[in-house]
Amino acid sequence: MTGQDILMLLVAVIGTASALLVVSSRNVVHSALYLVIALLSVAATFLLLGAEFLAWAQVLVYVGAVVVLILFGLMLTRAPIGPTAQGNELGRALPVGVSVALFGFLAVVIFLAYPSTEIVLVPTPTEALGSVLYVHWAFPFMVLGFFLTVSLIGAIILARKEEGEGPDPYADAVAEVPVPVASDTTGDPTPVGR
Amino acid sequence: MQAVYPLVFSAALFCVGVYGVLSRRNAVLVLMSVELMLASVTINLVTFGAILGTEADPLLTGQVFALFVLAVGAAEVGVGLAIVLLLYRNRASVNIDDADLMKY
Amino acid sequence: MSDFAWLIPAVMALSGLTILLFGKRMPRHGAEIGIVAVGFAFVLAVLVAVQVFSANVAAVAEVEEAHEAEAAAAPVWSIAGREVTLVTEAAQGEEAAEIPAGVSEFRLEQSTELSPIGSGFGIEAGTRIDGLTAMMFLLVTFVSLMVHIYSTGYMHGDPRYTWYFTLLSVFTFSMLLLVIANNLLMVLMGWELVGVCSYLLIGFWWEEKLNSDASIKAFLTTKLGDVGLMVGVVGLWSEFGTFNIAEIFEGVEAGDYSQGLLTFSLLALFIGAVGKSAQFPLHTWLPDAMAGPTPVSALIHAATMVTAGVFLIARLYPVYEASPTALTVIAIIGVITLFAMGLLALVQDDVKRVLAYSTVSQLGYMVAALAFSYTAGIFHLFAHGFFKALLFLGAGSLIHSVHSNNMSDMGGLRKPMPVTFVTFVIGSAALAAIPPLAGFWSKDEVLAGAFGAGGYSGTLVTVLGALGGMITAFYMARVLWLVFGGEFRGNGHPHESPAAMKWPLVALAVPAALIGFVNLPFDFAHPRGFAAWTMFDLAYFEGHPAEFNLLLALGTTLLALVGIAVATAIYRRSEALADDPMLRLGLFTKVLQNKYYLDLLYMGVIVRPLRDRLAPAVYWFNDHVIDRIVYLAGAGTVGLGRVTYRDVDQRGIDGVVNGIGSTANYTGNLLKFAQSGNVQLYAGALFVGVFVLGVLFAVA
Repeated sequence: MTGQDILMLLVAVIGTASALLVVSSRNVVHSALYLVIALLSVAATFLLLGAEFLAWAQVLVYVGAVVVLILFGLMLTRAPIGPTAQGNELGRALPVGVSVALFGFLAVVIFLAYPSTEIVLVPTPTEALGSVLYVHWAFPFMVLGFFLTVSLIGAIILARKEEGEGPDPYADAVAEVPVPVASDTTGDPTPVGR
Repeated sequence: MQAVYPLVFSAALFCVGVYGVLSRRNAVLVLMSVELMLASVTINLVTFGAILGTEADPLLTGQVFALFVLAVGAAEVGVGLAIVLLLYRNRASVNIDDADLMKY
Repeated sequence: MSDFAWLIPAVMALSGLTILLFGKRMPRHGAEIGIVAVGFAFVLAVLVAVQVFSANVAAVAEVEEAHEAEAAAAPVWSIAGREVTLVTEAAQGEEAAEIPAGVSEFRLEQSTELSPIGSGFGIEAGTRIDGLTAMMFLLVTFVSLMVHIYSTGYMHGDPRYTWYFTLLSVFTFSMLLLVIANNLLMVLMGWELVGVCSYLLIGFWWEEKLNSDASIKAFLTTKLGDVGLMVGVVGLWSEFGTFNIAEIFEGVEAGDYSQGLLTFSLLALFIGAVGKSAQFPLHTWLPDAMAGPTPVSALIHAATMVTAGVFLIARLYPVYEASPTALTVIAIIGVITLFAMGLLALVQDDVKRVLAYSTVSQLGYMVAALAFSYTAGIFHLFAHGFFKALLFLGAGSLIHSVHSNNMSDMGGLRKPMPVTFVTFVIGSAALAAIPPLAGFWSKDEVLAGAFGAGGYSGTLVTVLGALGGMITAFYMARVLWLVFGGEFRGNGHPHESPAAMKWPLVALAVPAALIGFVNLPFDFAHPRGFAAWTMFDLAYFEGHPAEFNLLLALGTTLLALVGIAVATAIYRRSEALADDPMLRLGLFTKVLQNKYYLDLLYMGVIVRPLRDRLAPAVYWFNDHVIDRIVYLAGAGTVGLGRVTYRDVDQRGIDGVVNGIGSTANYTGNLLKFAQSGNVQLYAGALFVGVFVLGVLFAVA
């Protein structure tokens, strides 16, 4: 049991625990914050595997941008402040069952497939990654850039406000969730409660 | 270290993410769970890249792939949140249970 | 000319059809078509007769020349400066006829094969023209022509005038078909057709039940005989394998047949003749058949249809010669008929009935004659046809004038109806066999033939035949005195008939008087011309020289004169029929008036059990058993249909169809829950699927 192993186990435990907290916290903002910890532990895992650049890129992109984005989303959708009731229509049986079964299966497969594989910790020089990335993977890289542009534009188009599009959700000062009636709105963008 | 550790860790993250997708009521939280799943995938990729090592994987395919996944995941979160915003604007609610117009 | 002899029946058939289709529109209602057609047929018949006659006579002459030397041995007499050779009766076959090669009797056959696929079954349509055919042609067409002309007067004003002439034409066609046939199937065809026409004509005035009853009686009685005919035809076919008459003759000559079957078939054929020619015991229909119009009686029941039976035996004579048993039976039946029926004519009041019984009696003569001599039989047939037709037409004239059939309503008609009187006398004299009229020569030949044959049957025929001749003369004289003598006993004014009815009487009187001279047994004019004319086989002709027994001839003439004298004595001054001594003979009269109780016998033994017991039983069976089966089948099918509709279709098939629908509905109701609208459920299902697939891939 090397130091690497111990660290790895620690990181794993922290990451799993925080992930569990993400999905089971009663406060949505707390969930977001637990997500930060989970993602940070993922970054730590990368470090332990020798992918330095990737680790910091992970921190940058995910912790720095994505979580912020999520928090903004929570804000814009009037996320409830303070603890709220959990539980959706689906109940608990299906999610628990499926995830446990899936974990069990995956664990079995992993243990059967890689029972004694050793990973030698060899840090990858960023220079090597860069040279490979811009030479060999140049084309996919450019496509990726293009793709990011497209998604950016798409997100803007999707989310911009149109005239007469619907009720102003901000008209109501109280953060109540009106129950919409499903029967008279079938696909057209005019919502109920006008 | 043993290869199983990161792999099992990623499996656990994945399954927790599945649980979150299936059981959270708020749409944004569902998106967060999806992020968890993506993260687990990224760990998987890097692990396998590390297992292969520099001799078997001179092009660093594992890490590059992981990078790409990272970028795509970020873009996907952006677009997903845009959709959630749209949903909120139209239905005035991000409760997934309320988005059941396709019900029989 | 004989090549076209088939035209003779054909033209009559065509005329029948034409009258049926167009007669009503013609100015004389179809009678003109009939008369023209039968006139044409008569002319053709005369031409054919002349041809056959000359051919046969030439053949006989050739043979005679070859026999000159032998004839020199016969005695030669000199009578009135002429050399007359009396051909004495020679023992049969003593002067063996030597026929020079290449000489034969006239015979012409034409035929078309009708049977399908050369199966050898032998159905053909063919004609056979020989002497017998030619003679029958002449008789049938001449009498038919006279009857046609006569009927234009007698049936004048009848509502079914056109139909009458149609039937006359069709009947004539049928009789000619029967005569011209060269195979037994065609004979059968003509036979049956003649029967049908007779039925239609007897029952012509069917509104009276008596008339329709009489026609049915005639039809059914002759039909009984027809059964025998068919059995006989089939018997001959099974023996010789063919229906063709010429081939049957060849078969008989070959000698390879079973005598028993041959005799049986011939007797069966004779039963047919018994029916059609009204021999005892199937004679009962003929007197009742007088219910039809008188010209019909003249044509059918004097000259043609009733002679069909005699004709059949004559046609198949070579076959009959091979069976002496059959000939004996024929003789017996014939002699019974001729005597018993003659007696019945003594007590009749209806003049047509007298003539009817007389006809039956004369048919008995013909049939008995055939048992001994071919020529005698058919010569009598030929002569009788003429004078009996004459008598019937004369009776029709009387009936037309007095409007009654009964002699008790007649009397003293000599002055008002002279032509009828004279012709009737000629006919009666011919019938009574007074020389030198036709009847004398023909009846004499019959008796001479029987006498010459000798034996049990021959003697019987001679004796009873002679006595029968006396009775014939008696009852004909009775009729003459009752009708033409004394005072008129009826109502109204009797008058002579119109021209259409008078001239046929005259025309028929000529042959009635003179036809005997064509067959004189002497070497005078055409010696035995008739025999030569109608011979069917030259060998037979040469082997059967003419019979003439002077003693017999004188004896029968004497008997006839005695009969006439007695009748004259009794009936000369009769005022009322009640004085008729014939009716005062007690039991004798009673039996005769009831026609030997034969009608009662047939009615009780045959008709009543069939009609009143068997027929209703069969009807009941048909109604309750057979029809019930049919009804049950129908009801069963209805029930089956109902069950099929209710259970199979509505419950079963529709149930399946509806079931499919409702199953789909039910399943859908269950499956709809998958469309919950809940995205997380979809995701959950997706992950479950991933898990399952993963396990599957891992395990595999």
